[in-house]
Amino acid sequence: MAADAPRSPWRRAGWYGVLTAMSVVVLFPIYTTLVRALSTPASYFREGQPLRPVDVQWDVFSRAFSEGDLGRKAVTSAVVTVLIVGTQLATSVIAAYAFAFLEFPGRRILFSAFMATLMLPIEVTLIANVQTMRVLGWLNSYQGLAAPFLATAFGTFLLRQGFLGIPPDLRDAATLDGFGHLSFMRRVALPLTRPIVASFAVVSFLAAWNQYTWPRAVVTESRWETIQIGLRSLSAATVDQGNVALAAALIAAVPVLALLVFLQRHLIRGLTAGAVKG
Amino acid sequence: MSRRAKDAVLGWCLLVPSAAVFAAFVFYPLYRLVDLGLHQRNRFGTAERYVGPSQYVDVLTGEEFRSGLWVTVRFVLLTVPIGLALGILLAVAADRRLRGIKVFQTIFSSTVASSVAVASVIFLVLVNPQIGFFGDVRFLSLAHTDSALRGIALSAVWANLGLTFIIVLAALQAVPEEIDEAAVLDGYGPVRKLFRITLPLISPTLLFLVVVLVIFGFQAFGQVEILTGGGPAGATETLVYKIFNSQQPLDQGEGAVMAVGLFGLTFVVSLLQIALLERRVHYGR
Repeated sequence: MAADAPRSPWRRAGWYGVLTAMSVVVLFPIYTTLVRALSTPASYFREGQPLRPVDVQWDVFSRAFSEGDLGRKAVTSAVVTVLIVGTQLATSVIAAYAFAFLEFPGRRILFSAFMATLMLPIEVTLIANVQTMRVLGWLNSYQGLAAPFLATAFGTFLLRQGFLGIPPDLRDAATLDGFGHLSFMRRVALPLTRPIVASFAVVSFLAAWNQYTWPRAVVTESRWETIQIGLRSLSAATVDQGNVALAAALIAAVPVLALLVFLQRHLIRGLTAGAVKG
Repeated sequence: MSRRAKDAVLGWCLLVPSAAVFAAFVFYPLYRLVDLGLHQRNRFGTAERYVGPSQYVDVLTGEEFRSGLWVTVRFVLLTVPIGLALGILLAVAADRRLRGIKVFQTIFSSTVASSVAVASVIFLVLVNPQIGFFGDVRFLSLAHTDSALRGIALSAVWANLGLTFIIVLAALQAVPEEIDEAAVLDGYGPVRKLFRITLPLISPTLLFLVVVLVIFGFQAFGQVEILTGGGPAGATETLVYKIFNSQQPLDQGEGAVMAVGLFGLTFVVSLLQIALLERRVHYGR
């Protein structure tokens, strides 16, 4: 339900004024970040709080890559993110299919156990999981960064809901046509739930790329840092590199901003899943 | 093999990959935590001594856990109500038919792209006493014990604003047109309509959001580490910050008990979340 456009042009102008003011507030931190990133550190001491860049230096972005070793960290983040998203899709699709279409003893208990994992975020199990990784020799490795996130109850739940929305008649017809479960999943169920799969993939990407606590715990050598952990290392460096850290922060946000711009519909549907009925 | 038996075998096979991950990285660690909490280790982790449930009593009633819990609860109180109110404000403003409204909606959603680390680095500079735009604002100063948590909370509110906006806007847009028209016919003004009709109608979504934001608050770690390192004088050490920093063999027992305590907190709030999810499913079908 969207409020109708006000008839009077004055009121319309008023709403544009309000919305613009709100946009300024929301974007202000990003704007000052851009200004600070582009200005030399010396200039902010000299000029106080400039509201536009002074002594603009576009090379700060390339310096973020060289000084912060951002290229390597972005690749690490990308590899881990692709591993997590790809595997989560596979494990959730097949688990969701089992819960939605197959009858077998223990199904309800297993479903409850899956849902219970939602109550055990990585922050709770952190100490024990780091120990496991140490024992396995997986500290500072791709497997260590990705392993705890290769299955997800949220994704399983979401896809199961999608599968349950498929009319039973369709399954019966497919059985008559000689479709086994696996071909029904691949050729009917998945194509029908593609929007849900896409939304889930986008949200899974967002979460994996933006992770902080687990990579921080399982990485002890700087060459294994993800881009998020690299931001911390850069910001912990001295003030005269403040602009480099800010440039790095902007770079780290680019992939997700791209999602927001190009896959907004999927992102929004994924984020609102479970929140809004209907 | 009968069809039933075949189905059962296939069902189990399809669940094995997820179940294996959960067993290894969710349920086994939970058992391990409980066990760690019953033991004390020496500095090098070479010897382990059973101390029993007394360690749970000591830690959960001790100063460390209580202060971590208090900081965490204050962080939740500082972030959730304000964050929710701002999200509602933006969503109500952006939920109208105006040319170009999509642009504003994208701007308001934009902070969803910022991770904990990105938001923290941005606010670290914003509140920096020497170079930050809010450097002179004593109310947000990270250098004082009474205000540091507020500075951290501000960065979290901003970072979560995009998500809150997106969810509230979706809920507003799902309210049927007729209800809106009926309210107008009944002579409700915009403000009264909002508080008497619209917000009560979307209250399940708002409740869901509260749960999500509270859980985010419980998990706060990166913001604390980047912005204050737990300081000044430990004033911003949240539970997860303390847990993260008790991984040395000597502290592990204590850390494990604190983690079990955090689980208790999360458990209560998650039960509420699952109840809401199920209700949503029930209504939806």
